[in-house]
Amino acid sequence: MAARDPHGVGAPWGAFHVVGKPNRKVDGLAKATGTAVYADDIALPGMLHAKTLRSPHAHARILSIDASQALALPGVHAVISGRDLPIKYGVIPWTQDENALALDKVRFIGDPVAAVAAIDEDTANAALKLIRVEYERLHAYLDPREALERHDPAIHEGHKTGNISKHVELAFGDVDAELAAAQLVVEGDYSFHGTTHAPIEPHCAVAQVGADGLLTLWSSTQITHYVQRALSRVLELPAQRIRVVQPCLGGAFGGKSDPFSLEFTVSKLAMLTGRPVKMLWTREEVFYAHRGRHPMQMHYKTGVSREGRISAVDAKILIDGGSYSSFGLVTTYYAGQLLTGPYDFKSYRFDSTRVFTNKPPCGPKRGHGSVQPRFAFEVQLDEIAEQLALDPIELRRRNFQGSHVRTVNGQRVTSNGFLQCLDEVSRASRWSERRGKLGRGRGLGVAGSMYISGTNYPVYPNPMPQAGIQIALERSGRCTVFTGGNDIGQGSNSMVAYVVAEELGLALDQVRVVAADTDLCPVDLGAYSSRVTFMVGNAAIDAARKLRAQLVEALALEWKIEPGRVHLAEGRASDSGDPARSISSAEAIQIAEARFDTLGSTGSYNTPQLGGDYRGGTIGASPAYSFTAHVAEVEVDEQTGRIRVERVWIAHDCGRALNPMIVAGQMEGSAYMGVAEALLEHHTLNRFGLHAGPNLLDYRIPTSVDTPELAALIVESLDPEGPYGAKEAGEGPLHPSLPAIANAVFDACGIRLRELPFTPGKVLAALRARKAAAPQEAR
Amino acid sequence: MLRMPKFELERPASLAEALELLADASVESLIVAGGTDLLPNLKHELFTPARVVSLERLGELRGMRELEGGWLAIGSMTRLDEVAGDARLAARAPALAQACSLVAGPQLRTMGTLGGNVLLDTRCQWYNQTYFWRAALGFCLKKDGSVCHVVEGGAKCVAAASNDSAPALMTLGAELVFVRAGGRRVVPIADLWLADGAMNKKLESGEILTEIRLPPRGAGHRGAYGKLRERGSIDFPLLGVAARLELDAQGAITEADLVLGALAARPVRVRRVAEELAGLRASSNDLDAALGRVAQLAYKQCHPLPNVPGDHEWRREMVPVYVRRTLDAALARQGPVRDA
Ligand SMILES: Cc1cc2nc3c(=O)[nH]c(=O)nc-3n(C[C@H](O)[C@H](O)[C@H](O)COP(=O)(O)OP(=O)(O)OC[C@H]3O[C@@H](n4cnc5c(N)ncnc54)[C@H](O)[C@@H]3O)c2cc1C
Ligand code: SF4
Repeated sequence: MAARDPHGVGAPWGAFHVVGKPNRKVDGLAKATGTAVYADDIALPGMLHAKTLRSPHAHARILSIDASQALALPGVHAVISGRDLPIKYGVIPWTQDENALALDKVRFIGDPVAAVAAIDEDTANAALKLIRVEYERLHAYLDPREALERHDPAIHEGHKTGNISKHVELAFGDVDAELAAAQLVVEGDYSFHGTTHAPIEPHCAVAQVGADGLLTLWSSTQITHYVQRALSRVLELPAQRIRVVQPCLGGAFGGKSDPFSLEFTVSKLAMLTGRPVKMLWTREEVFYAHRGRHPMQMHYKTGVSREGRISAVDAKILIDGGSYSSFGLVTTYYAGQLLTGPYDFKSYRFDSTRVFTNKPPCGPKRGHGSVQPRFAFEVQLDEIAEQLALDPIELRRRNFQGSHVRTVNGQRVTSNGFLQCLDEVSRASRWSERRGKLGRGRGLGVAGSMYISGTNYPVYPNPMPQAGIQIALERSGRCTVFTGGNDIGQGSNSMVAYVVAEELGLALDQVRVVAADTDLCPVDLGAYSSRVTFMVGNAAIDAARKLRAQLVEALALEWKIEPGRVHLAEGRASDSGDPARSISSAEAIQIAEARFDTLGSTGSYNTPQLGGDYRGGTIGASPAYSFTAHVAEVEVDEQTGRIRVERVWIAHDCGRALNPMIVAGQMEGSAYMGVAEALLEHHTLNRFGLHAGPNLLDYRIPTSVDTPELAALIVESLDPEGPYGAKEAGEGPLHPSLPAIANAVFDACGIRLRELPFTPGKVLAALRARKAAAPQEAR
Repeated sequence: MLRMPKFELERPASLAEALELLADASVESLIVAGGTDLLPNLKHELFTPARVVSLERLGELRGMRELEGGWLAIGSMTRLDEVAGDARLAARAPALAQACSLVAGPQLRTMGTLGGNVLLDTRCQWYNQTYFWRAALGFCLKKDGSVCHVVEGGAKCVAAASNDSAPALMTLGAELVFVRAGGRRVVPIADLWLADGAMNKKLESGEILTEIRLPPRGAGHRGAYGKLRERGSIDFPLLGVAARLELDAQGAITEADLVLGALAARPVRVRRVAEELAGLRASSNDLDAALGRVAQLAYKQCHPLPNVPGDHEWRREMVPVYVRRTLDAALARQGPVRDA
């Protein structure tokens, strides 16, 4: 069986025993009881602690760095600066513009400049205060429009397009002709403000150089493989001399998917001092590392027929990228490429531009690149429904693209459960009885979306598998599965255990998962783009099914029966033709081990050839897309302007829920995050370019009392290529939250919110504007 | 994680011992009660004491007792959740109990004390930040710097008095008992404040706040507290509104008081409230209009500055809304008022 072959959506042996059940997570008890080991729990003999000196200027040239006093402080072992790590890196090979420590220039307040390793954190902090840095301040760009218009001084000198980080313009079909012919054209400006991930665990890394010269880095990363590659490049060591391990991780949401300054600095400091070195960031430093959701200013123009069929969508987007590229090339594409479902567009054009500014760098956050455009477009759809006097759900149904189709930008869509998602939220919210009838100040709003289950674009192009699995099975009945996949709390290690237990008929407690350790595990590209369940899940089936075949064959020969009669489930092997014949799986493994020698297998996954035949056509090309619909119910206090989201119904087509409890958790967590971004969270800089409040008091993530009731409605369309039909569930369900709330506010009190976040002040201003426009109106 | 700067911690077992430690002028000392305000501020290097004197072992400062003449004394070390949950206070000082119930979040209320809340440092978005952040800003005149970023060119700090209990205690006419080695003073809380955000309290060095005393109130006492904030928990107030009304046996208003917090360096008493409301009955047809006038009075008298994070224009707009809602709640024996 080849890596690209689908394995079928069902259990070849009849019914599932593990898959589809609300099994406990493999690391659930360890986390709940405090025995799980996170990066900061690692303490090694002789370990030093490192701290980073950061730029107090938004844009400046470094004239000199004098660390002599810091080095003279007792307890200080080493001080390094940009000169010690001069090679640039960046997660996307074409836009490597970061240095672990600033080389000649600093580009935002908080940009790392130097690092100290000392016997403890306090000594390292004291040493930071002794480092003298001379700066020449440069003009700081805080407004993306300004950065678009001028580039003297340039944020990245020598960058070919000035302060423009990336520009993408793509057109499909004749947008101008379709707009001219459309019976209704709706046009408007929308904006997204910028938010960050705020994982509870701050970034932490520990490096150690062994006696054999091997460098080991334990890091709270979601992309072990790329960190290994980046370390190899910057430290000029062969990749095989570097081991990167991801310990238990306390949340990431995309905020740990770049190689980060601390990973290089602790490695370099460990190499220089010969001691293990740890760095734990403060919460403030996590805000500076950022890589959060890009602020976007979006202009959308949509043409429809009288019946509401979409004939043209024309988008222009300005993206504030902050100071470095990060994943920005992909972001700029995603901002346009991921809009072309679940609706059928006859023609589509987008023009998106990402500019550099002197702010903490933006990057991928849950729903990378597409949450902002989705907000704009789904609000615009609501405006169209209003103008055509159509029910917003009906409008969306009419434009449904169907399953097994090609989108206007050439992407292959396979399974598509979007209509069922709409049915579910409509039924659960009692939409037709209640929408528009809840009385003043209360309303319902709907929105839909689509998202990728990974893409066929690994960040560095290569023909090797995107996911690999290795399984070892031995006579005690123990099965160890090795995966390069990163479990960042989403449950991917559990998913691997479920798949392997299912395939080999083992009890879950027989399966151990060893993950995210580059010395032990086959390569996986990491936890991003919602690729893990789809790709690693398929690789796990691929590996386990081969091993299963050996077990079945050995037992069939042993029992002298047809292989079809061998039944493996829940830790036992039995003969379905003779109920008396039943042995433990350990005994079954012994029979197989005797016949085939030591048991083990490998499996892989790689995407089929996908994507449109144009430059960038593979970016956003996914082997399967997930689909979501939300209905939000809100109450608006017209005196205070406060929006209270009472409830969100979330229907999500995840293909198949390998564990419905974890899928529901992802759906609820996504909607929670979306509500937070709509109403509260705001990653904002003040007029000096300083983060306005880099702490968890001022950056307001909702508490439990601020969280609406969340109802997860799982839709299973059984994707032909997913593992047992599964697709993603970790990012897609976030998207509709923001527009569904905006649309519900319109239902509640007739105001259109096009600018995020929906603060009470903006709501009151919109209410006043509505009154001024229609003073005679009774509402 | 931010590190706690080093200091010597003293945990005296008696008030006398504590006062003695504080009287030692050779060591720069600070008092810590629950530490929920002081410890973050130490981590931000807003204070750098050589010694911190903890009051945690002084059991005599915790709890409530009745005094002669119907006064009630609340020990300064009484936890906020104890104040919030006290049945006596719910009847005779509902505004205070309500205010304390909305301070920070549940965990902080089990550590934070009423005394620490009264003596809370003022807050400002340019001040409650780490040393790195403030250094990048170039500091401000409240700490380490020479300019104000709220009122550009301003010569006075306008950081906000953000303690929720203060407006309530103001309306209640509370008195504060301070003790120092060889001395004691009793201060009406209204006389504690200075209109200066850099230091908004008249304190003498080495003194401990031991008690907060509440005068007797009759059966016609009504009070409520309203708190505007972004989230339904944890957040400091963007606006605090404490209302007190006294009704006679016939249900007519005899006294009325309204104090707003979190807007300026000190709690702000709204003027001419009693004139508007005195003599009106809860059932009177004129009451609604009078309450509306009071809300407008408050609006005209309050001009919040962008000192604490958040939309200060919205804060101003919320003044009449919250004043009205809090007065309504007081009359209806309800509250606290909140919309998040
Ligand atoms: C996340 C967060 C949210 C918060 N939200 C709010 C809020 O919404 N509203 C609010 O009002 N507060 C809030 N606080 C501040 C604080 O929790 C409370 O004000 C609390 O009541 C302070 O009491 P404490 O005992 O912890 O004071 P401490 O921190 O121990 O002391 C505060 C100050 O008072 C002095 N002090 C304390 N007791 C005495 C005494 N007996 N005699 C002399 N001096 C004394 C200390 O020296 C210090 O200067 C918040 C704090 C945090 C960390
Ligand atoms: S108001 Fe704020 S900025 Fe101005 S001096 Fe006071 S603390 Fe500093």
